[in-house]
Amino acid sequence: MADKIALEVTRFSPERDKEPRLATYEVPLRKEWVVLDALNYVKDKVDGSLSFRWSCRMGVCGSCGMMVNGEPKLTCATFLTDYAPGPVRVEPLKNFPVMRDLIVEISDFLAKLTKVKPWIIRKDEKPLSEGEYLQTPEQLDTYKQFSMCINCLLCYAACPVYGLDPLFSGPAALALAQRYNMDSRDQGTDERMDILSQHDGIWGCTFVGECTEVCPKHVDPAGAIQQYKLTATKEWMKSMLMPWKGK
Amino acid sequence: MLDISSTDVLLVGGGGAGLRAAIAVAEMNPNLNVAVVSKVYPMRSHTVSAEGGAAGAIRPDDSLDEHAYDTISGGDWLSDQNAVEVFVKEAPEELLRLERWGCPWNREPDGHIAVRPFGGMKKERTWFAADKTGFHMLHTLFQTSLKYKAVTRYDEYFATKLLIDDGRVQGVVAIELASGKIQAITAKAVILCTGGCGRVFPFTTNAAIKNGDGMSLAYRAGAPLKDMEFIQYHPTGLPFTGILITEAARSEGGYMLNKDGYRYLQDYNLGKPQPTPVLRSMELGPRDRLSQAFVKEFEKGRTTDSPYGAVVHLDLRHLGEKKINAKLPFVRELCLKYENLDPVTELIPVRPVVHYMMGGIHTDINGATPLKGLYAAGEAACVSINGANRLGSNSLTELLVFGARAGVSAAAFAQEQIAPSRHLLSQAADEETRLEDQFLNKTGGTERISTIREEMQKTMEAGAGIYRSGASLQESADKLRQLQERFMNINIDDRSRTFNTELTTALELAYMLDVAESMIQCALHRTESRGAHQRTDFPARDDQKFLAHSLVTRTEGGAPRVSYSPVTITRWPPAERVYGK
Repeated sequence: MADKIALEVTRFSPERDKEPRLATYEVPLRKEWVVLDALNYVKDKVDGSLSFRWSCRMGVCGSCGMMVNGEPKLTCATFLTDYAPGPVRVEPLKNFPVMRDLIVEISDFLAKLTKVKPWIIRKDEKPLSEGEYLQTPEQLDTYKQFSMCINCLLCYAACPVYGLDPLFSGPAALALAQRYNMDSRDQGTDERMDILSQHDGIWGCTFVGECTEVCPKHVDPAGAIQQYKLTATKEWMKSMLMPWKGK
Repeated sequence: MLDISSTDVLLVGGGGAGLRAAIAVAEMNPNLNVAVVSKVYPMRSHTVSAEGGAAGAIRPDDSLDEHAYDTISGGDWLSDQNAVEVFVKEAPEELLRLERWGCPWNREPDGHIAVRPFGGMKKERTWFAADKTGFHMLHTLFQTSLKYKAVTRYDEYFATKLLIDDGRVQGVVAIELASGKIQAITAKAVILCTGGCGRVFPFTTNAAIKNGDGMSLAYRAGAPLKDMEFIQYHPTGLPFTGILITEAARSEGGYMLNKDGYRYLQDYNLGKPQPTPVLRSMELGPRDRLSQAFVKEFEKGRTTDSPYGAVVHLDLRHLGEKKINAKLPFVRELCLKYENLDPVTELIPVRPVVHYMMGGIHTDINGATPLKGLYAAGEAACVSINGANRLGSNSLTELLVFGARAGVSAAAFAQEQIAPSRHLLSQAADEETRLEDQFLNKTGGTERISTIREEMQKTMEAGAGIYRSGASLQESADKLRQLQERFMNINIDDRSRTFNTELTTALELAYMLDVAESMIQCALHRTESRGAHQRTDFPARDDQKFLAHSLVTRTEGGAPRVSYSPVTITRWPPAERVYGK
């Protein structure tokens, strides 16, 4: 194994550059190093101005998603040696505006997440003194997978629909909406359905499944969207056949 | 140019404690505006990495007194017992509130909340969401917080200074990272929920963002830090990365083995080995004692060498694939991904790793600091319930109980205050000048930020590790003074205002240097051994002199001054810590 690898990194500063360019850095190629370690090596030893987000370095905070050789990856969980002999190209996540170097603007996701009401909605609430709402392990299992989303946004970078239609709510927000819909403690499905059955909601998804492919936490947003479409269609049929049962 | 905005209650930090506090304010008085100022998007906060669980007595065979006793004895009698009593009482209701908000707690087959055993706890009382409890708690809190209109988020704003006028904290100065704009955000009350500062050490489970920001902000503003010498080493970190293997791995039945495959904890007054876990015994002893046992094993030559220091092994093989997948899926995922080994069939190499700060900003049981208008909660604060050694699964509950309490008391205080004064603007302008002169427009520096940081981490490990001595601490104190001076000569390449992470890295290093100094000074002055503070030159606990909290304040010239305040004892007089009996 060579002891160095070339890292090609997007550099962009809005004050200085008209458009992004690639800079190449030689970094040590070490067995236990992930791509994020190489970026930190550059920042610490070579050029302190290289900017990127990171935090936990254990694949759970969701900060360090970037394109690695064209694929969306958590850079803290992507080993350099998998790309030997190189070069390894590191670029900002696709489908988001670039703010600086490897940092993208993600406030669009936050707005979309808020819009799907990702919280428990109930018509009535029993007091805390009466203890927990019972939920069997089987009931927990129906939504658990969708609750594993770390908001890393790799799925948005992979989603061809979001790339073309920025109004599309996107895989993570839809999976999280479904996470609450499937939760036995929640009574908010109708409210969320109103929001999601609009054109920029679930109908935008063409079931390409790229989101599920790239998800580092096996959330399966594509599956969530399919489930959602089924429910929405059933609800729509019901409202056509039995309009008096509607909301 | 300075931007100015204002709010009623301002949170610095959007992790578990910050979000719980924000919700508490919004629920108490919907007319109050709440600002959450965080240097990362809240769901990136380090609460996300917590694995094992959150303690709260709910089983019929358990009691609040037993939870209190475990916590107090675990803390080697340095916990304030009035705070512990409040904590254990409010713990179950806070955890239940999180259940209402959707936290996916593990359940019994009949649908009731499931609990698991944990280190140093005599009863099973740790609520858990597999081994991603912190992740689920944080996302539940964050998603729930989105429904409160009164909460305004300042995502990716980096706080640099507390604004103080008339003896009262009235806001912060923060940099909007996206634009580099320096902003004054005035407030009637400020709550610091910025977490701990494991990054002061070279080998830590802590995320990159944990730099003691809030501790340093409070310290610079004149508020005392408390019990800073008590630094928790978690006994099971993966070598090189420092990734945590949760204590739940042991509470589910994992064994700690030395290089001979021997369950060495039996040699350290922690009980006799049994095939299945015994509460408050062996692998379920407290973290300080387990980490100290590792050092002793190393000294006896019974650890295994690895490229990243000596290791012992955690053995989960006898638990079987099914149990590991059901109860410890993240442990398996982390081992496969980062160590390329499968705990179902292989031993996990582990070594003690810096994990948690028992100390922090001195607060009362309502989260109030001695500085008017300033509150703190979570790991950034020291109430103190954790004393000289925190028990696993008490900190996630702590951030709920004391996050809520700090929110409520800050809201009550804010309601009584008039709008902040105009004087603050000149202070904010001074801060803008400081940031520009010392960092953004600085030229001619020669020291690399990363070099100073690495030297600081090295001297902290050498001087203030699992075992310390007067000599090792003095050496670190001298070294830190040199590093403070060298910091004035740092080099900054980045001239951009947009997302200048070299600037934030420099500011974080300055915070860490403050916090490191406070730790060393507290450790130097405490000439006894208690909990996580083990002095080789003073190996015994000394209740006569040190049944007391260290309080460190910054004096006029910048030097730290250490004083003491008594520990509150209510019903549990100091006694010997007994495990394995």
